[in-house]
Amino acid sequence: MDGDRRSLNRLPRWFVAAVTVPPAAFLVLFYVWPFATLMGRGLSPGAIADTLARDATWRVAWFTLWQACASTALTLLVGLAPAWAVARFSFPGRRLLLSVLTAVFVLPTVVVGAAFVALLPSSLDRSVWAIIGAHVVFNIAVVVRVVGAVWEQLPADLEHAAATLGAGPWRTFRSVTLPLLTPALTAAGAIVFLFTFTSFGVIRVLGTVDRATIEVEVWRRATQLGDVGGAAVLALVQLAALAALAVVTAAVQRRTATTIDLATGHRARPRGRQRWWIAAAVGGAFAIVAVPLVALVERSLRPAGADGYSLDAWRSLGAAEIRPGLRISVDPLDAIRTSATTALWATAFAVLLGAAATIAITALGRSGRALDTGLMLPLGTSAVTIGFGMLITFDTPPVDWRSSWWLVPIGHALVAVPFVVRSTLGVARSIDPDLRAAAATLGAPPVRAWTTAVLPALRRPIATGAGLAAAISLGEFGATSFLSRSGEETLPIAIERLLGRTGRLFQAQAFALSTILAAATVAIVIAVDAVGGDRARRS
Amino acid sequence: MLDVRDLSIAFDGRQVLERWSLHVDHGETVALLGASGSGKSTILRIVAGLLAPDAGTVEIDGRDVSRLPTHRRDVGLVFQDEQLFPHLDVARNVEFGLRMAGVGPAERAARVDEMLALVGLEGFERRRVDKLSGGEAKRVALARSLAPGPAVLLLDEPLTGLDRDLRERLADEVAAILDRLRTTAVWVTHDESEATRVADRIVRLAGSSTGTGSTEGGST
Repeated sequence: MDGDRRSLNRLPRWFVAAVTVPPAAFLVLFYVWPFATLMGRGLSPGAIADTLARDATWRVAWFTLWQACASTALTLLVGLAPAWAVARFSFPGRRLLLSVLTAVFVLPTVVVGAAFVALLPSSLDRSVWAIIGAHVVFNIAVVVRVVGAVWEQLPADLEHAAATLGAGPWRTFRSVTLPLLTPALTAAGAIVFLFTFTSFGVIRVLGTVDRATIEVEVWRRATQLGDVGGAAVLALVQLAALAALAVVTAAVQRRTATTIDLATGHRARPRGRQRWWIAAAVGGAFAIVAVPLVALVERSLRPAGADGYSLDAWRSLGAAEIRPGLRISVDPLDAIRTSATTALWATAFAVLLGAAATIAITALGRSGRALDTGLMLPLGTSAVTIGFGMLITFDTPPVDWRSSWWLVPIGHALVAVPFVVRSTLGVARSIDPDLRAAAATLGAPPVRAWTTAVLPALRRPIATGAGLAAAISLGEFGATSFLSRSGEETLPIAIERLLGRTGRLFQAQAFALSTILAAATVAIVIAVDAVGGDRARRS
Repeated sequence: MLDVRDLSIAFDGRQVLERWSLHVDHGETVALLGASGSGKSTILRIVAGLLAPDAGTVEIDGRDVSRLPTHRRDVGLVFQDEQLFPHLDVARNVEFGLRMAGVGPAERAARVDEMLALVGLEGFERRRVDKLSGGEAKRVALARSLAPGPAVLLLDEPLTGLDRDLRERLADEVAAILDRLRTTAVWVTHDESEATRVADRIVRLAGSSTGTGSTEGGST
């Protein structure tokens, strides 16, 4: 908007500086610097050689890779049928299915992990099947949304054409539909792979030392073994793998992309036998995401195992003493309070910084792109790397901030700001510059003209961004694992701790807390949906 | 009174205006007539300060405003697509310029009434602007631009998008209003009959893809 050097109505420098400096400083101080510190302090030739020579490293890398491949393949397979149903047909419950899948996608990773602990018998709850199952439950929404959106727009006449040429339904699917869906499947697969490759919360709850992702191993080395070098090397290995993934995905998509005239989505009413197929696809998808969550609630009501139902776990949430004399290190009720305050602050930080960043990016014109890209970086870096970097950077005066109350919310804001920027930037850019011009011709100085034209339009996307930020903060586990102070545990931390303790009541408490966290997240997602945002994402 | 002298501007190497000049007397309405791409909207934008020319000056009532930002030029601009503020109702849109000028609430309210009466929209004060018909929106845009009493009113194809009947009726109405208020106005259009209907004088702009500039036409 202001890139035009011919403009006499440029926003004043002080205003541009006021909106640019805070997000830029935030990025440099809490992302660039910690990341540089991590690399500088951890990466030495010795650490690299040591880490790469270790068998354990390659075991972890191998497990990370194959479980991600298996999870991605299974998610694509499972998601295809519901994607077909929602793309091609209108039926009662269609919107509900999409909302439920989205809500599950936004659920905290620890909650889904806990749900699988609740669902599976204890002989299975630390198996690789639990891990892959949790990944499928999480990411099925990605496949249904991404693939469904394209499928909906594939002209049905292409399939009709195949039919007139003698292809049966299966042949039509294989030789016409599937090839046309390949770019969408690649895109969805890449997203799912990204999430499962860097999976942290699910693995922390459901994995073991032998079944750890690189992300978990970074955490374990840094916090349990004090091996900063090894952790830094692994963090870098993971970054390199993700960069490679981005390159491969782009190449595959270029190669498989076909130009088709996308039709406007026309969804048919199901007829005859189709109804059964749709019922199976939709019912299956519902069951896959709902069963673990139902198990979660059910087990929270069964603190003594098979001995019957009671509210003991819920009632004892407020008591630091489980039995007279027996205290646990986590105070569940306190964790709820901590999570709520943390989420409030994280949302406030994310909204202020994200809105300022959006204003700055649009005001700076071309040079705003650097800020835009910079603020997206934390998303590709993994929360564990961020938390780890902050932990080792802010541990010496004058920046010994480890005991500051605001460090955790700032860490969450780092992950949430991209979502605020993404939901506001598109709207800000779509505002007709002439609206500002209209205000100027009526005597409004540049800043006033700008606020008149832009701010009212940003209210909705800011509300959406705030909801996403709150949901992200409530569920954030990776960075928090490093930054959380003892006595100030957030819900995901408390849940993971409780699950790690022996004793059925502790487990039931973990399930109860997970239920609370899930309910809070779902409530936020519904609110965001009601505001009109439909682009929810999980951190 | 508006004096535009020796305007030149090029976009991407294409000379759209070259040493182009125009004088508009106080209270006169000049129609700028030309095909699309002839630079008529560009001229309005330069006069309004939304675009800085490569060369040339703009004087309003004898004051050189060439280097002033838009908000200090005392011009009104009626946009082709109105550009009403979607978050404000009709009255708040119309009084926007008065607010910017620091006019008090009582006087604002009186002026809004006056303007809405002028454009035939009495009782529309609290209407949402996204619920207005095409013709109503044009009227609100005109009222909004006239309310602060600008020294020069610029109209950028203000009747585009309306059907022929309404366009003709509204053209007569607006011309009458401009006449009554003795507003100095530049009205851009590509429609010859509209230009004849509204203007005291017509200035034709040649298409200038060859870079020969533009010619000033005779009066009617």
